[in-house]
Amino acid sequence: MSAPVPEQAQVAPTGNRATPTRRRSAHARRARLVRALLVALALAYVLVLVLLPLAGITYYALKSGLGTIGETFSQPDVLHAFYLTAVIMVVAVVVTGTFGIIVALVLARDRFPGKLLVSALVDLPLAVSPVIVGLMAVLLFGRGGWFEPFFAAQGIQIIFALPSMILVTIFISIPFVIREVAPVLEELGMEEEQAAWTLGASKLQTFFRVTLPNIRWGLLYGMALSSARAIGEVGAVLVVSGLLQGRTETATLYVFRAFEQYQDDQGYIVALTLAAFSILLLIGIETFKRKSLKAAN
Amino acid sequence: MAGTAAQTLQRGPLSRRAGSRPGALGRWSLRGGAFLYLGLFVLLPVAAILERGFGNGLTNLTEALTSFGAWNAIRLTMTMALLTAIINGAFGTLLAYVLVRIRFPGRELLSAVVDLPFAIPSLVAGVMLVALYGPSSVVGGWFEDHGLQIIFAPPGILLALLFVTLPLVVRSVQPVLAELDREEEEAAHTLGAGGWTTFRKVVFPALRPAIAAGALLAFSRSLGEFGAVVFVAGNIPNETLTAPVFITQLINPSNYGGTGGPDQAAAVSALLFGFAFALVLVTEKLVSRPSEGHSA
Repeated sequence: MSAPVPEQAQVAPTGNRATPTRRRSAHARRARLVRALLVALALAYVLVLVLLPLAGITYYALKSGLGTIGETFSQPDVLHAFYLTAVIMVVAVVVTGTFGIIVALVLARDRFPGKLLVSALVDLPLAVSPVIVGLMAVLLFGRGGWFEPFFAAQGIQIIFALPSMILVTIFISIPFVIREVAPVLEELGMEEEQAAWTLGASKLQTFFRVTLPNIRWGLLYGMALSSARAIGEVGAVLVVSGLLQGRTETATLYVFRAFEQYQDDQGYIVALTLAAFSILLLIGIETFKRKSLKAAN
Repeated sequence: MAGTAAQTLQRGPLSRRAGSRPGALGRWSLRGGAFLYLGLFVLLPVAAILERGFGNGLTNLTEALTSFGAWNAIRLTMTMALLTAIINGAFGTLLAYVLVRIRFPGRELLSAVVDLPFAIPSLVAGVMLVALYGPSSVVGGWFEDHGLQIIFAPPGILLALLFVTLPLVVRSVQPVLAELDREEEEAAHTLGAGGWTTFRKVVFPALRPAIAAGALLAFSRSLGEFGAVVFVAGNIPNETLTAPVFITQLINPSNYGGTGGPDQAAAVSALLFGFAFALVLVTEKLVSRPSEGHSA
């Protein structure tokens, strides 16, 4: 780490009246001013875009008073909405985590023709609008959909019910674990695993004793990102859920309906709860990211 | 590769082919799992969009594009996405520079705040913006008195998109800037170049691919954003209705008194989504090039 040039100039002996030094310290003062201005501009942008709106929502949610807050959280619709969000998040994170590791192993260590295509498929959910993801589920399972006759015959409701909400959330969360775990695997190489095999460990033992501990921070980082995405998803879930109040309504959809029905207080309270939870999640995200980067180096 | 040889010796010549790496069976079961997962969850839904959208030629597409408000929705979405990419391209670069190069109290906190939009549900982002800039709030009321409506108008859409895509350029530029050799800058400095000249002539050219990659990601994310936008836009056809919201209305036309249906929605979705996907692929190219250079 080399100290920035202007700071070195500042340390130059003062009291010496020679012109070059004075010019250099003037230069240093200007450089410091410019840096302070840059920081101020960056802070102002984040303040206007993120922090002040966060303060705004906090103000409106708390303004309604403890009574309203208690009332909101005793509503069965609200409780069910949070429950539904939790179920969807857990299933999506477990599925994308498990299969994410498999895809990451294949991407990092296997060679086969068409690997680029597989890698492109992994990125694809990042490009698709959530609304289009919902539409895909409608086209597959909705009226006239490819699989509608099959599931209708089994008496299983997919669209306007929990299964389709879980499916679209999985689709949207697919890239996160893979994107975080594959580079870690590439960076690690296979020496440790090969050593374990040589010593007679089975493949499963090697995976749980060697590979998994090595990728754990990257995996947790990816899972935290998936959770955030799963909790926050609204477009895809809105399209497939049918918006059945108290039945297919997640926490974000509850916020959506609350404002449509002019129940702003309840809307702000649930929205702030979601925001608070995502800030907790963010702390996890930042911690896992730092550890993952450290482990990779 | 010493391990490989030892293993082959230990197991004897019969298992030589399967011995060195995870065996053929293991490799194929991993591959099978990966292909099945991506095939069922990604490829199949995309195939459904294409088949249902274009199964009878271009009829669905023309019907979708001639329905009420379609073109203006696409135009508005493109304009807003472009503005988002430009503004966050500039401020994202500034934030990355400040985070990497300048030491100041609260730097870690600023870095976490930049990631906040990754964690906050996009609909909640919309609610936050309405709380601060909505017509009934102090700030929003002040702007309205001075003739600028923010929420339920295009500026609100822009704010929502800027919020949601804030981390993308910062996180794309930051690692490149941190890796950048500072000797060139110091050389430029010694030769008498000012800070701005050094940035323009030395730093910026090195960051250009990363800035472009981040801005492209922001653009393609903006094309599809729904949660934050639907809440702040007001969704007035031909005025503040964006393409993703338009698509939701096309899926259930009866709810909005329009025409169309899932097939028409599929056709116009395929178009938007093909465009966004191409952008993501270009971005991947931009990102992978410098990193390959480093590992070589």
